[in-house]
Amino acid sequence: MDIAIVGIGIHPFGRHDGKSGAQMGAHAVREALHDAGTTWPDVQFAAGGSLAYALPGGGSMPDTLVNELGLTGVPFVNVANGCATSATAVLSAANAIKAGAADLAVAVGFDKHQRGHFNAEPETNGVDDWYGELGMMITTQFFAMKINRYLHQHGIDPAILAKVSAKAFRNGALNPNAWRRQALTEEEILASRMLNYPLTQYMFCSPDEGAAALVLCRADQAHRYTDRPVYLRAVTLRTRRFGTFEVFSPWVALEEADTPVQDASRACYEAAGMGPEDIDLAQIQDSESGAEIMHMAENGLCKDGEQEAMLQEGATEIGGRLPINTDGGLLANGEPIGASGMRQFYETVLQLRGDAGPRQVPNNPRVGYTQVYGAPGVGACAILTT
Amino acid sequence: MTATTSRPIAEGLFTWPSEEPRLIGAACADCGTTVFPRQPSCPKCGAQDMAERLLSPTGSLWTWTTQGFLPKAPYGGPETDETFQPFALGYVELADEVRVEARLTESDPARLRIGMPMRLVVVPFRTDPDGTEVMTFAFAPAE
Repeated sequence: MDIAIVGIGIHPFGRHDGKSGAQMGAHAVREALHDAGTTWPDVQFAAGGSLAYALPGGGSMPDTLVNELGLTGVPFVNVANGCATSATAVLSAANAIKAGAADLAVAVGFDKHQRGHFNAEPETNGVDDWYGELGMMITTQFFAMKINRYLHQHGIDPAILAKVSAKAFRNGALNPNAWRRQALTEEEILASRMLNYPLTQYMFCSPDEGAAALVLCRADQAHRYTDRPVYLRAVTLRTRRFGTFEVFSPWVALEEADTPVQDASRACYEAAGMGPEDIDLAQIQDSESGAEIMHMAENGLCKDGEQEAMLQEGATEIGGRLPINTDGGLLANGEPIGASGMRQFYETVLQLRGDAGPRQVPNNPRVGYTQVYGAPGVGACAILTT
Repeated sequence: MTATTSRPIAEGLFTWPSEEPRLIGAACADCGTTVFPRQPSCPKCGAQDMAERLLSPTGSLWTWTTQGFLPKAPYGGPETDETFQPFALGYVELADEVRVEARLTESDPARLRIGMPMRLVVVPFRTDPDGTEVMTFAFAPAE
């Protein structure tokens, strides 16, 4: 059973005082339903992703959305699955359609996080209190240590970290829904405060707020809702295997395994019957600029070490041969964890429809790729086509 | 005169007090996988036969970073926004055993490089309200 995406909606990312995460989620769902020309009572299955309620500080449980949208009795699944929360919501909705449990489904992701870096409870993450007490339980440190080793291993100049950020903010400036909309020079990025060597302040995304939603249906019914369906060819989810390097790890094994992103990516290409050479544009997890560099290779979009040349030649720019993070990515949009992956789907559909305005990828892109990664060692990928 | 007392940040992490402190890990009797700290079952094969193992006190720096801002809770360090100084942390590879994450005694990026030899030390981390010094393990450059 093929799955079509027939409606998309988004609530701008950033800071929205006085508005709950669930209200932003409802906004995105209403927009997606309107885009599909349908209404909430027609929805037969919904999966809602949000993580804030599972973090210190709390937030709305996704199911509270029905209070905003209408108490229709719809089967509604709450999804909290680390940085793959949105992708897991899409997977749940797609599986419900494939199983014949629903013809029309909604997948939504939203979040509203406190200011500053994510703080996490040791117990929630399966480590002992001393680990947090010593100041080693900070996600940004992990990303810095992973890219520090990666740059060393592959002889890459750390200066390209600033190139990735500069591209993100340039693209973000073209995106009315982005949070950081001011372009910055590579010099400004390199000169900003060193947070975790080799990563400076403007190389990191920040937690924020936002929401995005999709309406999905059986592909053979897509014509009822749109004349421009985008097809979900594959969506795959993997968790860490023994021998990978993950956030919140007091120790790492000597033997090394492929990452959850590499595993999810391979499975995604296989399920879609496609390869990296078929991808026209990609939205990949750039929690910080090093992550985009490493994820380019982990998703098969280049070989290890090729990133420096690709960035130098502008290959990942909107007009390049493989545009990456065309909406500014996490760097420009911030990270409402539960909404971040859904934003990638939203952007991909927008681009494949040719509706991305000033940031539209030229030459009618037909195949889009999305990927998320995060704690506690989870990765998810998707391939969408016209 | 009051005697200064000290305690490890957690029991069962490292041998203390000791002339040559060691990290307390565990090795799987079935597949040999070494972990730190101890855990009751093997994360590789699932066997529930983990024997205590004192880890090598020396190794090499596998990767590292600095912490440039004061962490939020659950951080338990003594600093304030005013007194905070960046510190470094990293993973140290103990040959044939495991890579262990630890704070480093050297925080200057110019003096840290991947592959450099490191040795285990036990250093003061903070002082409890009753005056007890809380000790932690860390790695120091060994060259």
